[in-house]
Amino acid sequence: MKTLRIDAKGMHYTPLNQKIRAAVADGVEEITLDNVLGQRFIGDGLRGNVKIIINGVPGGDLGVFMSGPTCIIHGNAEHAPGNTMDKGMLVIHGSAGDAVAHSMRGGKVFVKNNIGYRGGIHMKQYEVEAKPVLVVGGTAHSFLGEYMAGGLVLVLGIGKEKSMTDRGIGSGIHGGEIIIRGEVDDYLLGVGAKKIEFTESDLERIAPVIKSFCEHFELDPTEFLDTNYTRIGPASSRPFANKYVWE
Amino acid sequence: MTLGSVPPKFKVGIDRDQCMDCGRCIENCSYEVYRREGDKILIESRKCTACLRCVAMCPRDAITITEKPVDYRSHPVWTREIREDIINQARSGKIILSGMGNARDLPIIYDRLLLDACQVTNPSIDPLREPMELRTYIGKKPSKLKFRKTESGDVELETKLAPNLKLDTPIMIGHMSFGAISLNSHLSMAKAVKETGTYMGTGEGGLHKALYPYQDRLIVQVASGRFGVNIDYLERGAAIEIKIGQGAKPGIGGHLPGEKVNEEVSKTRMIPLGSDAISPAPHHDIYSIEDLVQLIRSLKEATEWKKPVFVKIAAVHNVAPIAAGIARSSADAVVIDGFRGGTGAAPKVFRDHVGIPIEVAIASVDQKLREQGVRNEISVIASGGIRSSADLAKSIALGADAVYIGTAALVSLGCRVCGNCYRNLCPWGIATQQPELMNRIDPEMGAVQVANLIKGWTLELSELMGAAGINSIESLRGNRDRLRGYMLDEGMLKILDVLPAGA
Amino acid sequence: MCGIIGFIDRTKSRMDGSSIKAALSLMNERGSGDGAGYAAYGIYPEYADYYALHVFFDNLAEPKKKVDELLQQWGEIVHQEEIPTIPQPGIRKVHIPWRYFFKPSEDLMVGRMASEKDVITYIVMQVNANVNGATIFSSGKNMGVFKASGWPEDVANFYGIENYKGYIWLAHNRYPTNSPGWWGGAHPFNLLNWSVVHNGEITSYGTNQRYVEGYGYKCTLFTDTEVVAYLFDLLGRQHELSHEMVVRALAPPFWDDIDRMPAKESELNKAIRLTYGSALMNGPFAIVVGTEDGIVGFTDRIKLRPLVVGENGSKLYISSEEAAIRGLDPEVKNVYTPRAGEPIIGRFIE
Repeated sequence: MKTLRIDAKGMHYTPLNQKIRAAVADGVEEITLDNVLGQRFIGDGLRGNVKIIINGVPGGDLGVFMSGPTCIIHGNAEHAPGNTMDKGMLVIHGSAGDAVAHSMRGGKVFVKNNIGYRGGIHMKQYEVEAKPVLVVGGTAHSFLGEYMAGGLVLVLGIGKEKSMTDRGIGSGIHGGEIIIRGEVDDYLLGVGAKKIEFTESDLERIAPVIKSFCEHFELDPTEFLDTNYTRIGPASSRPFANKYVWE
Repeated sequence: MTLGSVPPKFKVGIDRDQCMDCGRCIENCSYEVYRREGDKILIESRKCTACLRCVAMCPRDAITITEKPVDYRSHPVWTREIREDIINQARSGKIILSGMGNARDLPIIYDRLLLDACQVTNPSIDPLREPMELRTYIGKKPSKLKFRKTESGDVELETKLAPNLKLDTPIMIGHMSFGAISLNSHLSMAKAVKETGTYMGTGEGGLHKALYPYQDRLIVQVASGRFGVNIDYLERGAAIEIKIGQGAKPGIGGHLPGEKVNEEVSKTRMIPLGSDAISPAPHHDIYSIEDLVQLIRSLKEATEWKKPVFVKIAAVHNVAPIAAGIARSSADAVVIDGFRGGTGAAPKVFRDHVGIPIEVAIASVDQKLREQGVRNEISVIASGGIRSSADLAKSIALGADAVYIGTAALVSLGCRVCGNCYRNLCPWGIATQQPELMNRIDPEMGAVQVANLIKGWTLELSELMGAAGINSIESLRGNRDRLRGYMLDEGMLKILDVLPAGA
Repeated sequence: MCGIIGFIDRTKSRMDGSSIKAALSLMNERGSGDGAGYAAYGIYPEYADYYALHVFFDNLAEPKKKVDELLQQWGEIVHQEEIPTIPQPGIRKVHIPWRYFFKPSEDLMVGRMASEKDVITYIVMQVNANVNGATIFSSGKNMGVFKASGWPEDVANFYGIENYKGYIWLAHNRYPTNSPGWWGGAHPFNLLNWSVVHNGEITSYGTNQRYVEGYGYKCTLFTDTEVVAYLFDLLGRQHELSHEMVVRALAPPFWDDIDRMPAKESELNKAIRLTYGSALMNGPFAIVVGTEDGIVGFTDRIKLRPLVVGENGSKLYISSEEAAIRGLDPEVKNVYTPRAGEPIIGRFIE
């Protein structure tokens, strides 16, 4: 396997991304970036199946518009990792900031610990294969899955008494589903969101996602493979239809 | 219902002596005003929108449409419109939506600005014989150039130019999304801009495969819904535009109703079939100017800094400092959309009351950019109510680099500005996704009409410039010396930095 | 309307103003008796290190007090006097022409202005925009502008122009249309060592004005020519473009010509048009600009105004009419008309 190591210390993101692009074009299959600190847009618009191992804390918009690659981040991520991502995967061994997986419409974002506000906002899907998945090991702040139009948001609440304690879950959701480990207080649901029964068949559906998540972070999946989840979905695929009247 | 019905807006009549009973009116009216019963064509006037499709298709000119056949008692304060809105809301308790642009009878500043021409002290230029340069570059320009001498003594350019779009005429077609309008409308306009050497916006609804052949003439839009946005989409466009706001509805987002989201729209927008396409009011990764910078740079980084990135904002009170902030954000052009800008659907209260006219927005943005020494950092594209070559010339003289037209392009495709765009029933095949309606536009013919409009305006602009003794568009840009205000108040003249007529 | 003359002796050998006066008068048909003026370089060798500020004062009370105060805030006045004038029947002395020899002081500039020239530019803009009854109409070193409303001979006799000796002369005979025939509106227009005489009308004035005003220049003299001096100062001094490049920016090649050029040259010219589009001068014009190191003459891009060039050894002549050149130098050789937009440059020989 062709590999490459880049010391990103003090490097601006443009030359860094240029190096990554050149390496991918050159057939490199695994790139390790050391000493990453604050470089934004890593993997921006990048295609291919390359694996990028990021040691450090990448800046905002990690994997934005990305279409294919897998990034393993040994550190936290900042604002909006997975923004408008198409395909591929981000595995964050830490926490991430606000707007994680913003408008993501394919691929997966796994965050070991917590995420900030508006996680999974505007995630959407349109064909079976293009289904975005966001899994959060810890918890998420308010407006999780806001305006969601497709895909899956899963919150496991590992180490938390309650998986979610922040409000506005799924506000304006009109597609897709938010699945949260354990009970969720009704008042935490946003406008247009409603609880739907979580069944065995739902578990069957999401079990591969849980297993994959646990595998990445070396967790035992068995404790998550039951029906102790709350499923939240759209009350309507047209949440605002009743707000308006024509002239 | 104690409110009863409101009077019909239009009364439709058929001159039965003229009528040859061909039934074209029935076929053409998608609002079902006409129906046949026995050997008679019956009329249901209440359904009429005055789209004039039937009138246009009637071979005998047998149809008459009268506006307001029954009116309310006249009243200067409680107008018909006000009364009907109240009745509508008393029934529904909802926000009133409307189509097309601002419909209020407010003075139009363009109509009160007059252009100049030469007499004696300098010669007019005849664009037929003498060179007339309309070529316009949209994008960042250096504020100054640096040269170096080569060893052989030649002078060489040291400054590197940023990517710019080259327009043969300063008229572009603005962003109207696939979804809001039909594929055949998009195709017609795309063919037209290719022929006339200019560009067209895709709108925020993604890029349909059928438009790929025209991609080097398309500006792809990234709005808060991020519909259809992926790396392929970004790479296809000649430029990328971030839509922050829209003149018809500043400060709010947009909802394409689920009934317009058919399979093609769903695929192109990358959203589920039949679900509302919701564009939130803000981009949820932009809550501040530095976040805008981040989005701009993420788009540039994705496309390897090869494409200009525009930012479109609605003309709001503070438009000038906002534009100056955008000029410092790595954006290459700022699009200002005035309060007369069109829309498929907007809450009426926004459409008619929020924002400012494009004329003053251009004037104050150009002034602010110059004061701050960043005018060359960014091109200014004006849109929202540009109706003619005169509006175009005046926009440029006020300081715009180019304009976007929207409604005017649709009118060239047949639109009669009936304002029912949101109903998916557009009888002209424009604001509809119904195949049998959309097929009323032949993209080849449509392209000719749109291109004709652009060509006609371009010719008129050349003549106007020639008459003013100007042979290059640069010399019209920001040349407010060649404008005079007519019946504009002192405050307005000051903002426009234009002298009154006679001065 | 208007007749112009530019003269340079490239060896800096000086010529007095009498023949310029005679030559300009030859073109009286081009003027209307509403204004004439002369600029001469090399006339103040004894004060060569000082900026010669020529000012029109309405009176020597309030306006002069304000100018004196402003100058003292920025530097030292080494000498000042009324510019000597001789009453002429054809000239009503509505202003008092005054001259200061002035130098900005380093210690007063520190932290406020980058260079002496910035200080002078600032002072000129301040006085002309804000001091009623005072107009600085000349502000270069070892040079001066002399102008007034009237016929060329009258203006020349008023100032005793034959008493000045210069190695560059510019002269202008005015037929005003767009602006009043006031003294400040007569040519040459000057800022620092840039002086401009201009025949024609700039239809792009509004655009050019907005452009230079964005850089702190203030157009206060009610005429389009003023902006040319500021464009030269901005592009030539501040942006450090060569005279050739300044002319290329002000009267650039047409796009279709640029498209036919070899790639590098095409890119260079495209860059000029993109960057300096707002500096492009449109409309009919023939212009001669005096500078620190020579003169530059050029016309608009489609040659709507005449310009004739003549040479004789170290001497270069540029004028609206050949007659004026022959009037100046009957021995002139190599008389020709330049192409539209082509810069005619006369530089000192070191």
